[in-house]
Amino acid sequence: MARPTDEPRAVKALLIVGALGFLGIFLVLPLVLVFAQALEKGLSAYLAAVRERDALSALRLTLLTAAVAVPANLLFGLAASWAIARFDFPGRSLLLTLIDLPFAVSPVISGVIFVLVFGRLGLLGPWLQAHQWKVVFAVPGIVLATLFVTFPFVARELIPVMQAVGREEEEAAVLLGASGFQLFRRVTLPNVKWGLLYGVILCNARAMGEFGAVSVVSGHVRGLTNTLPLHVEVLYNEYQFQAAFAVASLLALLAIVTLAAKSLVEWRESSGEGRAPSAAGQRERTA
Amino acid sequence: MLRRRHSVLPGFGLTLGFSVFYLSLVVLVPLAALLLKSASFGWAAFRAAAVAPRAMAAYRLSFGAAAAGAAVNAVFGLLVAWVLVRYRFPGRRVIDALVDLPFALPTAVAGIALTTLYAETGWLGRPLSALGLKVAFTPLGVGMALTFIGLPFVVRTLQPVIEALDPEVEEAAASLGAGRAATLVRVVLPAIVPAWLTGVALAFARAVGEYGSVVFIAGNMPMKTEIAPLVIMTRLEQYDYAGATAVAVVMLLASLLILGGVNALQAFSLRRAAVE
Amino acid sequence: MSIEVRDVTKRFSDFTAVDGVSLRVPDGELVALLGPSGSGKTSLLRIIAGLERPDAGQVLFEGQDATRRQAKERRVGFVFQHYALFRHMSVFENVAFGLRVRPRRLRPAEAEIREKVMGLLRMVQLDWLADRRPSQLSGGQRQRVALARALAVEPRVLLLDEPFGSLDAQVRQELRRWLRRLHDEIRLTSVFVTHDQEEALEVADRVVVMNQGRVEQVGTPGEIFERPATPFVMRFMGHVNVFHGRVQNGRAHLGPLAIAYPEHPHQEGRPASGFARPYDLEVAREPGGDGFWATLRRATPAGAVVRLELEDDDGALLQVELPRERHAALLPELGERLYLQARTVRVFVDPA
Repeated sequence: MARPTDEPRAVKALLIVGALGFLGIFLVLPLVLVFAQALEKGLSAYLAAVRERDALSALRLTLLTAAVAVPANLLFGLAASWAIARFDFPGRSLLLTLIDLPFAVSPVISGVIFVLVFGRLGLLGPWLQAHQWKVVFAVPGIVLATLFVTFPFVARELIPVMQAVGREEEEAAVLLGASGFQLFRRVTLPNVKWGLLYGVILCNARAMGEFGAVSVVSGHVRGLTNTLPLHVEVLYNEYQFQAAFAVASLLALLAIVTLAAKSLVEWRESSGEGRAPSAAGQRERTA
Repeated sequence: MLRRRHSVLPGFGLTLGFSVFYLSLVVLVPLAALLLKSASFGWAAFRAAAVAPRAMAAYRLSFGAAAAGAAVNAVFGLLVAWVLVRYRFPGRRVIDALVDLPFALPTAVAGIALTTLYAETGWLGRPLSALGLKVAFTPLGVGMALTFIGLPFVVRTLQPVIEALDPEVEEAAASLGAGRAATLVRVVLPAIVPAWLTGVALAFARAVGEYGSVVFIAGNMPMKTEIAPLVIMTRLEQYDYAGATAVAVVMLLASLLILGGVNALQAFSLRRAAVE
Repeated sequence: MSIEVRDVTKRFSDFTAVDGVSLRVPDGELVALLGPSGSGKTSLLRIIAGLERPDAGQVLFEGQDATRRQAKERRVGFVFQHYALFRHMSVFENVAFGLRVRPRRLRPAEAEIREKVMGLLRMVQLDWLADRRPSQLSGGQRQRVALARALAVEPRVLLLDEPFGSLDAQVRQELRRWLRRLHDEIRLTSVFVTHDQEEALEVADRVVVMNQGRVEQVGTPGEIFERPATPFVMRFMGHVNVFHGRVQNGRAHLGPLAIAYPEHPHQEGRPASGFARPYDLEVAREPGGDGFWATLRRATPAGAVVRLELEDDDGALLQVELPRERHAALLPELGERLYLQARTVRVFVDPA
């Protein structure tokens, strides 16, 4: 795609090398290192670390957390994006800002606020103790903190997509006699499916990988209240580097799958129907 | 008085009601707790905890390293975005997908990987320490980690803007006699500055509160290499709720300020684009 | 089924889209809502459909108040300006949609749906495209699918929002005639919105001219064109030359024109304007009667007529349309002074 206003070839080559070099050092090396360290002592050691009892419990807890957080936030995302993208009401901008809030808050702070509510000295602390319910330093706390942190993902992807698709098809469907659910199932969902999928993928990636917030509310009890990322930390702090990286490699694989799925969705998007979802990390404000 | 435009589409009450309910439960109540608890500690204790020397040192590190990382990303993020949009080379699509890695990779994994990479025995740490540069367990290491974290924000915010640049404008500049460098500086750069600033601000905001990728490489020595989120964690573990909350509120306010700044930037650039 | 609109008003923030409009559409008629953008015609159509709720007034179907009724209970067929076809469904599924979403007890059997849909597609001559997606169709084809879809649920009323707005001129003309023939066949009460006066005059049984939320005139195409009720209608229906002046003592002095106006015999003068169509102005070399002189500035042939642009002694520009033969007989030169006479002038006295 040569243009008369291109940079000279030498400059282009230099820039490409510079960019690739930067990315190579900052992105590729760490990723490669994870797998290299994981397999340092050979495949059997790798498998042993991954199959170890506490690692498996951590995996279970991570999957459980994602299994709760993702569907819940998916439901919320669908509801919120329908309300925001299809209607005009006072407080709409406020709602949008609140949805974006977890993005602006440091993960540790996200954990702190749950401790302040449910912790021993927290708002509900005495009440919980009286009823022998443990939220903080137990699984419910971890799920709640994850819910908070992954809360905006689906909604943020869906809202711009819904706005771009427009409401005419839905108005037409209503006039033809469709009920609310028929409308949603037959007309809306097919039009937003890529944005929705994209949001779910991101939500899941974050739910499984969240560290800071979960670290605060977890009791770091091996085999009980450790998610995979926390288990990695535990192993690393005990200098069990190979095992730590072995478990970490599972999460790295998850990241690679997430990136691949994201690319797939974007490719299907541009070659077919619907609209491209917003890029990861980009904050698109809807006025 | 709720005065909204009557809409023919169904489900407004249901979806809005559920959204607000969920939002309150998951977001508003915990945040309210933060404010309530802060209020209950009393202003004096709060202030003391917020500006204690250890906390101040941590702010300096967190904000300083975040700024350094954002600055590095400002330069290299622009480079990467430009190269990805404008040039064609083998593996471009894979590299493009890879840019989101810091966003997709769990922070703990990034943390231990970066630490091992820059430790004195690490792949990069060894050559660097031969040059006399110690990276792991120093503020420099924190900066490297925060550069990693912030990269996608700058690149992803810039890419659509660079893609949307009208090639005809550059051709016009060339036809009027401007050299390539002049065109880039005078014509292209001003057009992408708002997005650039937004991306850098986002990278900064994210880096300030970052915990997982940094806590391993930081060394965590109080007053020297301790990041602010760790101060919060430590105080919490010691049941010093007041102290933890104080620092948390300071960081939250800073985040909200940055958030407000980013929004203002985006609104400004939207208005500029609309005028054009 | 007849439609009646009584005193309907609709406001959006501080903008009044529809201002106390009353209208009646008899059963089986094809009515055009004609006006410029912002005239309220689309808002009115949407209010009839139930897509918007009026701030005041009533909508009645066959005498029954339907103002409070939900859109889908009104049994109106609506064709959107940009078709609003379901992009993920085939043409067949689009048309079948209204039948498929019926509650179970009212839903026809699959075979019946198939028969109905194919019948409709045959009627709009698109049965051979039944399996295609909307993205694979042309604009005109999409519009016909949208129409078939609206008709599938056997509506009592058909509403069309600028149905031909986004089509090429030629396709527009074809579809216009096609719609007229369709209406003659099925005789369904229909209302369509347009800003194209030619379209309204060609297709509709009656035309409602709207401006700034109000009705300017209601009448047959002939009435609207020959006997415009207001200056706005006159201007909107085509090119017109305007002469400003006064009426007094039974005469109208409008710019260079001076004609008899017995409708205002009073001593007291009133400001007024006269409107003459380009083809109602005659051009000659010799003076005679109550005309005026003007200089020819430009002559443009346009098919069967020649369009002349002349400048009068006050510097005002006039448009005149001469049949080709007349122009050939006269052969006026640029810069030549010619004598203009108005065959017909419509005079409107400014309201007090």
